[in-house]
This record gives sequence, structure tokens and C-alpha cells, in this order.
Amino acid sequence: MKTEYKIIVDLIEEKTRVLDVGCDDGTLMESLKKDKNVDARGIEISKDKVQICVSKGLTVIEGNAELDLKQFPNDSFDYVVLGQTLQAFVNPEIVIKELLRVGKKAIITIPNFGHWKVRLNLLIKGTMPITESLPNDWYNTPNIHMCTIKDFVKFSKIINFKIFKSLALTNKNISNITNSNLFYKNLFAELGIFLIEK
Amino acid sequence: MNIKENIKTLVIKKPLKLDCGKTINNFPLAYETYGSLNKNKDNAILVFHALTGDQFVTGINPVTKKDGWWSYAVGPNKSIDTNKYFVICANVIGGCMGSFGPSHKNPDTNKIYGTDFPVITINDMVNAQVNLLDHFEIKKLFSVVGGSMGGMQVLQFISNYPDKANTVVPIACTSNHSAQNIAFNELGRQAIASDHNWSDGKYLYNNTLPDKGLSVARMAAHITYLSKKGLQEKFGRKLQERDALKFGFDADFQIESYLRYQGSVFVDRFDANSYLYITRAMDYFDLVKQFDGNLSNAFKKTKAKFFIISFTSDWLYPTQENKDIVIALNAIGADVGFVEIKSDKGHDSFLLDVPDFLKTLKNFLDKSYSER
Repeated sequence: MKTEYKIIVDLIEEKTRVLDVGCDDGTLMESLKKDKNVDARGIEISKDKVQICVSKGLTVIEGNAELDLKQFPNDSFDYVVLGQTLQAFVNPEIVIKELLRVGKKAIITIPNFGHWKVRLNLLIKGTMPITESLPNDWYNTPNIHMCTIKDFVKFSKIINFKIFKSLALTNKNISNITNSNLFYKNLFAELGIFLIEK
Repeated sequence: MNIKENIKTLVIKKPLKLDCGKTINNFPLAYETYGSLNKNKDNAILVFHALTGDQFVTGINPVTKKDGWWSYAVGPNKSIDTNKYFVICANVIGGCMGSFGPSHKNPDTNKIYGTDFPVITINDMVNAQVNLLDHFEIKKLFSVVGGSMGGMQVLQFISNYPDKANTVVPIACTSNHSAQNIAFNELGRQAIASDHNWSDGKYLYNNTLPDKGLSVARMAAHITYLSKKGLQEKFGRKLQERDALKFGFDADFQIESYLRYQGSVFVDRFDANSYLYITRAMDYFDLVKQFDGNLSNAFKKTKAKFFIISFTSDWLYPTQENKDIVIALNAIGADVGFVEIKSDKGHDSFLLDVPDFLKTLKNFLDKSYSER
């Protein structure tokens, strides 16, 4: 399993209710059910992936987070997980607010656009960066709102949510992000993982 | 041979108070079963049929001699695997395949009911069918499954009997009939009523059936079960056994011939008054109104696991109407999954060979069964 998923599983307490937004083929939901005895639900936009989830016995609805989160009542989940898709939404602010309305806590992971390879790529080549985690060209990427770890931390102050825990994933190593190391983590981490609250 | 010999019938002695206010008792409920009930009696699936379906879900229908209406989905190793599950299906009351309906005689007057038959509802249908559980001594069904009007019965069933099913699968349906649906049903009813032979529903006395009216009703309805794209691809403007237009009103086009055929075979197996009664029941269906405008309340008491399926090209019971049910369930934190299956086959997709649908239905049932 992806290290990212392992970290998310570790962040989630046992026997809680979790909504995985953009649950893909249900890999994370499966481990949450197995390892943490979680009541897991998923939303997934791809019909094929929904069908894969159903074949795994997972409770998933086909839908779009921007349209379909509103059907859930306030605080109906202990955690809402949004893995590497915040940058694909038209309005990330509304999505974060919806995540924190539906869930008591949210876990958001973001591919770090501040990574040195990305910066170097743009600096040297002068074209939009293409990396392992960002494989698309500028004209066909679903990622319309890329941000860096630093941007996300800044965003928490702008739209007013609390970052409870922030972790950096660098070469499969996990470390804490603090105010003092933010500059370096923003340069070297591939992924930022944030546990947030209202 | 009397076709009734092939029809299993349960006589319901318990009085059933209908929504219209009348009470019926000692009435027949025709049903069929497939597979076998296990020792724990926890592998039963109650399948509800749609408007023109009947209890003969799969295999050869002993009355029509054709394949059962859900042969693609129900049978050994199929989506609803009869090697594993005990499948029960009853003909709805108001129907014409052996259950209490307008072609039956009124015991009080000894006359065929015709339009004197009480108006029945989806609620009445499921309240009649729940008696099958007692008959088979089943405390809790593994699943209730149905498409179209069958899906409406599924929703009504779990609302009325929240602890009588583990899983709930409404397919291509709605929680209340839209104006468009009522309009199409009314078109069908008017086609029947305007056939002179209908004689205010007393045609069984005259030995003249309102075949023309019923067949037009079926033709109109059949169009609503397909999609524009599906029709275009299958028929386009292809001509029927001719090289050129004949400049007349014969069936020049294949689609005309196809619809006429659909209409003509339908009248051999369906009763015109039953068509009136069942379409009426569908039009009256409004689970939202039954729960004072809040659909969520219909499902508040159940812990069942729901799985809702719609089809991209279904414009009769479009995805949004199916999704409204999902939304109502999510609003109360119910266990609900949902998928919209891609298909060009319109509303009829659930009856046809649509592999993604058949696979998904099987996966949901089999996984839920192994995890129960």
C-alpha cells in the first residue's frame, strides 16, 4: 500500500465514521475497515472505480465532491479524507468548508508544487513542470489549482481552519512540518498531509 | 391445458385494508420461486416485477412460453444466483397472471370486477406480498430487489417493514411519479378507454377485447423504455422488407413494424383493465408525500444496506430521481451505495444484457451475502 495511505490510516482512530472523498478503487477504505474497524463510505466520480469498490463490498456512491457533499448533514462523519484532489476543484475554499461541515475533522493530502524538482523544472526548461506525481501537460491536467505546502499553510489562515497535524512525505520518509522547518519541507517534500479542524 | 395449473397461488385469508378504504380478504396471490430456501431461511430474495411483468422471473414462462422477463439477471450463476439464493416473485394484485385482479369475479355479485375492482396502490401491493414471508416462514429476507415499478415496491416495502430485509436494491425508479410519467400513463389509459371494445371495462362479458387500444398503449409506453440513441442505432430510417417508400400508411419503416409487433404480442398476454389499474398505482405512488414531504423519514427505522442503480440513457426514471433517494438516505446516515450505469438502452437497460449492470448487481449481492 502507498505510504500516503499508511499515514492516513495511522491518523484515524478506531471505530469511527469516515468518508473518503474521491475514494478511487477503495484501497484506503479497505485498510480502514480492516485495520481500524472503521465505518467507511466513499464518493467516487469514475463509474469504473465505483464498480470496483462495489466488487470489494464497499459502500460507495458515484458522485462529485463539489456537488454531492452537500447531501450529508453537519458532522455526519468523524473524518473526511480528501487525497490529492484539492487542486482539481474549481473552488477549493468551498470544498474545504464542506469537508469541515460534513466531518468533525478532515485529512487533506496535497502534491507539493513547491518541491525543488518542480521549481527547477520551471526554472531550467521554462515550461510547465511535469514530474512523477504531476504527469500531465498544462493543457490536459485535471489539476487547475496547484499549491505548495506553504500555500496550504497560508490558506489555513486566510479561510480560517486549524491545522492539527501536518506531515511531510519525502522519499517515503515521514516527518513533521513545523513553523521553523516549513521552508525546507516545502522544498523537499513530495506530499503534504494535513489533519485539519474548523 | 389450463394455464392456471402452472400457477402457484397463495390465498391470503388475512384481511387487507387497501388505501382506497376497502378491505379485501381471501384473495389469491400468484407467485413463483426459484432456487431453494436454506436451513436458516436467510437466503431469500423477494423480487418485485415492473408494470407488465409477472411472477415468472426467469426460465421459460409457462403461460407465454417465452423467456422470463429477468432471465438475464436471475438464474444459476447469474446476478441473482439461484444456486445461492431463494428467489420469490409474486404477481402484483391488480395484475393478470393469477393474482387478485380486475378479471376476477366479485364473490358478492358473481360478476367479473372490471372497473368495479378497487383502485390499488404500490402500498397495497407490498402489503399483500409480505404475506409470502409468513407462508415460507422467513423472518428476514436477504434482499428486496426490483426495477421500475418493482423499485417503487422495494422502497415501499422497506419503509413499511424496516426490519424485514438485510439489503435493498431499487433500480431505475423514483420515490414519486413525475408529471411526465403520469402523462405517459394517462396516454396509455386513454388509448384503452377510447377503444370501442373496452366498453367501460366490461369487455370480458362481450367477448371482444380492446386489443387495439391496449396495443397502442403498449407502443407508446415502449418508446419511453428506449432511448433516442438506442432507437437510432437499431432502426435509424431503415425500411421494413421493402426497397422504397410505398407512399401509404403501412409500416414502411422498421421502427413502425417493430412497435406494431410489440403492441400485438402484448395483447396476447396482458389484460387491458390490469393495465389501467397498475398504471394508476404507479401514478399514485408518492413516498415523499406519505412522509410529509421528507423522504428520509421513510427510511429512518431501517438498518438495511441500500444499493441504488440508475442508467445514463433512462429518461423515464432519470438518474436525478434515483439520486434523490440516495440523498434522502445520506441525510440520515443510512448505508447507501449508488452507481449510474452507462448504457444506451434506456429505461429497459435493467431488463437487458447490460454487462456492467449485471456484474455490479451480482457483486453487490454476493459481497453483502458473504459479509452478512
